[in-house]
Amino acid sequence: MMFARGLKRKSAEEPEDVEGCSAGAQAMPSYSLQRQSLLDMSLVKLQLCHMLVEPNLCRSVLIANTVRQIQEEMTRDGTWRAVAPQAAGRAPLDRLVATDILCRSVREQEGECPAPDMGDGQPDLVPGLAVAPAAQAPRSPQSSLWEGDSSRESRGGFQKSLDQIFETLESKTSGSVEELFADVDSSYYDLDAVLTGMVGSTSSGPGSGLQAFASAATSPPSSSCRSDLGELDHAVEILVET
Amino acid sequence: MAGPGGGGCPAGGHDLQWCFSQVKGAVDEDVAEADIISTVEFSYSGDLLATGDKGGRVVIFQREQENKSRPHARGEYNVYSTFQSHEPEFDYLKSLEIEEKINKIRWLPQQNAAHFLLSTNGRFCFKLRGQDKTIKLWKISERDKRAEGYNLKDEDGRLRDPFRITALRVPILKPMDLMVEASPRRIFANAHTYHINSISVNSDHETYLSADDLRINLWHLEITDRSFNIVDIKPVNMEELTEVITAAEFHPLQCNVFVYSSSKGTIRLCDMRSSALCDRHSKFFEEPEDPSSRSFFSEIISSISDVKFSHSGRYMMTRDYLSVKVWDLNMESRPVETHQVHEYLRSKLCSLYENDCIFDKFECCWSGSDSAIMTGSYNNFFRMFDRNTRRDVTLEASRENSKPRACLKPRKVCAGGKRRKDEMSVDSLDFNKKILHTAWHPAENVIAVAATNNLYIFQDKVN
Repeated sequence: MMFARGLKRKSAEEPEDVEGCSAGAQAMPSYSLQRQSLLDMSLVKLQLCHMLVEPNLCRSVLIANTVRQIQEEMTRDGTWRAVAPQAAGRAPLDRLVATDILCRSVREQEGECPAPDMGDGQPDLVPGLAVAPAAQAPRSPQSSLWEGDSSRESRGGFQKSLDQIFETLESKTSGSVEELFADVDSSYYDLDAVLTGMVGSTSSGPGSGLQAFASAATSPPSSSCRSDLGELDHAVEILVET
Repeated sequence: MAGPGGGGCPAGGHDLQWCFSQVKGAVDEDVAEADIISTVEFSYSGDLLATGDKGGRVVIFQREQENKSRPHARGEYNVYSTFQSHEPEFDYLKSLEIEEKINKIRWLPQQNAAHFLLSTNGRFCFKLRGQDKTIKLWKISERDKRAEGYNLKDEDGRLRDPFRITALRVPILKPMDLMVEASPRRIFANAHTYHINSISVNSDHETYLSADDLRINLWHLEITDRSFNIVDIKPVNMEELTEVITAAEFHPLQCNVFVYSSSKGTIRLCDMRSSALCDRHSKFFEEPEDPSSRSFFSEIISSISDVKFSHSGRYMMTRDYLSVKVWDLNMESRPVETHQVHEYLRSKLCSLYENDCIFDKFECCWSGSDSAIMTGSYNNFFRMFDRNTRRDVTLEASRENSKPRACLKPRKVCAGGKRRKDEMSVDSLDFNKKILHTAWHPAENVIAVAATNNLYIFQDKVN
């Protein structure tokens, strides 16, 4: 699958090498790096969906579908499961890919090899932040991401966040919203400063406003006054037949 | 210059020169969120032009009578009425004041001296206040007389003591300065859980539809407490949700036919005569995907942000992220025309995904004669396509080109490689200046373009 125009996949026989840019294989590490970055970015967007001023179901569905496409492709590659043993031994930070690599790689598709650094040089993301990784436990490629049965815990944070997003968007009670907030790692709040483009234009952090109540917005023109005018209107209308 | 019955002259491309006419709105660089225009709509005659903004306000402009001493200049649009349609709310959970954005305004055909329009806020609020999305029917009427000599009130409006009233008199009508009033006539509430993206008045002038992400409801204009659900795509299990409704519209002539578009780039045409719940479509429009251009963003950019029938009712137009497509209602397999709006953005999709621009919902519109179509882009650019001459043009709504009757110069964006003198490079485009809403006068070559908080009115050059 093409990531962006001009960037082609290497043939499936050659082994994946996410480590670095070895001499003969420029395109492949770049592609999987970009794909991982896109996956991480999408997961972050989904987690932040409920913090938007205007939750947008269409946007959430499109992002979730993108995540599923990546997951399906990685499952076909065999890289979906391969992630688990690798990630187990490393700090979560190593799996994060700076989003500027994502966009930089597109510009460098002419032949340069983008820096494969994953461990450092990531000014955009807060150290120590762990994005919910792909499911840790090995799963059969056929298992659908969207199955609604059994416990969600076993599927990893990713599945949980998708479920929560849709349930929250549907739910009308405040109870479930608080539950959702309770689960969110507070380190996500730090992302607000970074990802201001994604979050609605709010000045206060999402965590700070939970208890504060400020004065209500200015009240509209008195509705009783309006109904008086309405009655007058009717009366005059009857008289003049307007 | 307009032909009888509406807009006979060709429009767009190089056949027509577009000139600046007016601009409404503040000049400030600092734009308040509440002032951002969220919808623009001409009335059926084109004499009235309504805008809604994110603050829940509606401003209606009226075209003044043409000036006899300047027969070549068309009438200008001046403010006719301003009112608050939907109230701002306060979100206690986030300690934020949230403005009530007007999502859509639709005029009703005029039947008497007064004008009627429907407005909707589409806000989805899943917190303490519950859902709060309403559609309001407003009556806009003029009053140039007032009654004097009421029995129950003094001249200054104070109630009189009933015991002091010893005789009855008939109030007399006296002339007064023209006053334009907007009063809410109906409030249609509580039928939508999700974000309302469309309202569309039926050609029977009695019913209208409203659409949100998952459902479409049919209303009667006289009945506010019930609506009839005609489309419901909500899955039993929300985890299975992969597609939402993005726009819907009634056929302009056949009152039983409507279409709705989806986030997967499909359009379904439904006939209400065939079944009460239109979960089964009569026609299904989808263009086969081009495998050579497939990417992870393919689905997102195929999501349709707007669908509009032509005035003739024979075609419909859809807007997706990079293009506008014209469909013949008799051909479901592919569009009859595809017009690229800003193809140079295709190589920038990952950046546009990161900054969320890829989710921007652009609208599109037909000219009165259906010979041209228009849609917006970034950097305050908007695009026009002439369907007859096959020519297209890019124009800009900016204060720099705002001299009266100054002609707009076509703009060009350089996709890559060597940039010519007059061209802009893609990287210097301002993605915060997006033109999402445009409208075309139903009969003449007059267009209204909303650029953030400013409304530009352009018209064709009158020789």
